[in-house]
Amino acid sequence: MATPEARAPRIGRLERSALTGVLVREVVNFSSYWKSTTFSSTVEPTIYLIAFGFGFGSLVSTIGGYDYVDFVGTGTVATAVLFSSAFPAMFGTFVKYQFQRTYDAILAAPVDTEELVTAEALWIATRAGVYGCVPMLVAIAFGLDPAWGMLLVPFIGWIAGFGWANFGISIAGYSKSFENFNYVISAVLTPLFLLAGSFFPLDGFPEWAQVLAAFNPLYQCVQLIRAAVFGLLGWDDLFRVAVLVAFGLLVWRVAIRAMTKKLID
Amino acid sequence: MRGVVKRYGSITAVAGLDLEVPMGTCVGLLGPNGAGKSTTMRLLTAQSIADEGELEVLGFTLPAESKQARARCGVVPQLDNLDTTLTVAQNLLVFTHLYRVPRPERRDAIERALELAKLGDRRDDRVDKLSGGMRRRLLIARALVHRPQLVLLDEPTVGLDPQVRQELWALIDALRSEGTTLLMSTHYIEEAERLADTVLIMSHGTAVAAGPPSELVREHAGSEALEVYGPPARLAEVEAEAVSAGLRTRRTGTSVSVLGIDRRNGTPFEGERRPANLEDVFVLLTGEEIA
Repeated sequence: MATPEARAPRIGRLERSALTGVLVREVVNFSSYWKSTTFSSTVEPTIYLIAFGFGFGSLVSTIGGYDYVDFVGTGTVATAVLFSSAFPAMFGTFVKYQFQRTYDAILAAPVDTEELVTAEALWIATRAGVYGCVPMLVAIAFGLDPAWGMLLVPFIGWIAGFGWANFGISIAGYSKSFENFNYVISAVLTPLFLLAGSFFPLDGFPEWAQVLAAFNPLYQCVQLIRAAVFGLLGWDDLFRVAVLVAFGLLVWRVAIRAMTKKLID
Repeated sequence: MRGVVKRYGSITAVAGLDLEVPMGTCVGLLGPNGAGKSTTMRLLTAQSIADEGELEVLGFTLPAESKQARARCGVVPQLDNLDTTLTVAQNLLVFTHLYRVPRPERRDAIERALELAKLGDRRDDRVDKLSGGMRRRLLIARALVHRPQLVLLDEPTVGLDPQVRQELWALIDALRSEGTTLLMSTHYIEEAERLADTVLIMSHGTAVAAGPPSELVREHAGSEALEVYGPPARLAEVEAEAVSAGLRTRRTGTSVSVLGIDRRNGTPFEGERRPANLEDVFVLLTGEEIA
């Protein structure tokens, strides 16, 4: 028999073929459930737009110089990104680990935990980038003016989605049961969601809350998307991108750590 | 594996295990639940990291080179982890990617696996429409898409009907006769006797005996045993008499098995003679009942 050195190409970290393997599994699976996902991610923002648009829109016609529908239409993009990344990551990871035992099968193949987590997050981020655009398209149907800057939205959604996906995977990795998700959803995601400026501006909040919001990736995401859609991108938006990238990289490492602890004993 | 130890808190799942699987043979890990069989399997794919000892798989040192080793191994898990909303062929396709089957060979690899699992006519059916036996066959075929050099089977027939079990035995036996190296864990005596070239009897994380099944039986339990039936009081008497006559016994529910009677001329008991088996060996060596 040949020596290992002679027949084995060196195998390193974050290999393309390992990432592809995990991604192929997700893509093939997606073909079996894309209809329901697309349905809910289209209908939800439509309902939000109608409800908030007619509800608040009848009281306030403009906010910060924008039509209320435009304001909410762009705000819900970030919400859609969050919902289509953090939640599938939390629940999907837990189900694949605990009930379907998919990760046992994948880690028995030449795939490391780092590659597994990275590929899963990349996939969820891509989905979030695409589905994040849906509320914007709905808003266009409700009167939002199309603009070239909108082409940046899927990329912003992708960067933010990568962070939220890893956030969700981390939570799933550190949770022993589904019940723990309730704490995270109530104590972390809901405040972040409301302190993001999606449905109302934060001008009326006390100053400490506004400072806090600067650290909220969701808030930075909302601001970025509005700047892109309304053609107002400036230098401070580079800072916002940096916040999203830093958030993404940080939780990416946390997610790998959490899942390694969970999957390898 | 040499001197491998794996602890979980205060529990030692594997306690200094030595294991060697010669190429082209089938080694069976036989032991009751909790003997450390599944942990051993996880150690071999580096999903568990040993606390002590050395592990080498196909020439690769674990855990450092486990990825290279995993690329050349196939794993049939104890718990079904097929993607149930996908079709049979889609499940196989995913694994050709995970196991890096080169693009031009993928189609052939899938066809070969379908044929092996005899699921050619069910290729476009979703997995949740398959019977338990079909799912198991698919699980085995899935582990073989990349022509692995070593296949790890963790309790391959657990929880299946006897008829389905025999079907799977035929499949595993076919692999063995093709020269695939197999390591199989099981708590079914018959499964180990039929399929394994070498059996390693495991108890509390260590190997208590190893060898070809027939040799293990001959060495430890002789060639024949006497099965004595009767009411509990009678059985107790039989046990006492046999022990005083220097014979070894074991209780099997409704009877007492008196072992090694072929080494004696005549016995004081009335009973049914039967060939000694691995179960006798197991009970003799560990004092535990299996299965």
